[in-house]
Amino acid sequence: MDTGETFSDSFTIQGRNFLDAGQVSTEIKSELKDLGIDPAVIRRVAIATYEAEMNVVMYADQARLTLRVTSQAIRVTVDDRGPGIPDIGLAMQEGYSTATHEMREMGFGAGMGLPNIKKNADDFRITSTVGRGTTLEIRIDIN
Amino acid sequence: MVLSEVQSLLRCRVFTGQEYLDRPVKFGCASDLMSDVLAFSQSGALLLTGLVNVQTIKTSHIADINGIIIVRGKKPDKTVIGLAQRQGIPLLGTPYSMYEACGILYRAGIPSTMKCADGSASPLPA
Repeated sequence: MDTGETFSDSFTIQGRNFLDAGQVSTEIKSELKDLGIDPAVIRRVAIATYEAEMNVVMYADQARLTLRVTSQAIRVTVDDRGPGIPDIGLAMQEGYSTATHEMREMGFGAGMGLPNIKKNADDFRITSTVGRGTTLEIRIDIN
Repeated sequence: MVLSEVQSLLRCRVFTGQEYLDRPVKFGCASDLMSDVLAFSQSGALLLTGLVNVQTIKTSHIADINGIIIVRGKKPDKTVIGLAQRQGIPLLGTPYSMYEACGILYRAGIPSTMKCADGSASPLPA
């Protein structure tokens, strides 16, 4: 069981805003650093959050990202309004991608995002409704 | 090895981060795919890349990359250099191609951040 929440914050991520892509993850990284979290844990959270943020920027209209920190774990929820994912099993396969040329030019869209989020998380849940959006919930343990 | 030794081996110019050239370089990775950098790099790695946009810097910051070498004489613009400066990431440029730059550093003893995909040991001489 977790003890009480020690820190929380929430952010809005705008879809298709490639200029500011990565800003939320950068802010979260800095907040976790200020909380004195282990750098190896911060790196996992930052990578997972950044991948999720890029997914929103590339595919969704808008998302709410919530960060919750307790003494045991860091939880990140990304709830987006967007096209949804028709086949989550397929989207979880490394190398599967529906990215455009523009996304690939930025160095993304290689079909590594969701698998890499899962790799960095201790718990990973994703639900999606086509035409409405996708919700991603991850937990990364502090110890 | 430290970053200033990499600078002379690769005949680099320093776009920003002159004050960080004493940083240790323990291993390297090379990719134009930021997805790969996020998935396979290690904290403290040196990144060699031909991708010169703000995502290169943002990804490096997120993945705790120690320094960035831009290959084949490409020049980052002011926005990219300014972001690297703010994030405290040294940004250097080499005239060598990606293949040559990697070869030079590998021969000098800097190992890869990634293990061989079939699990076999690195051929790098000890």
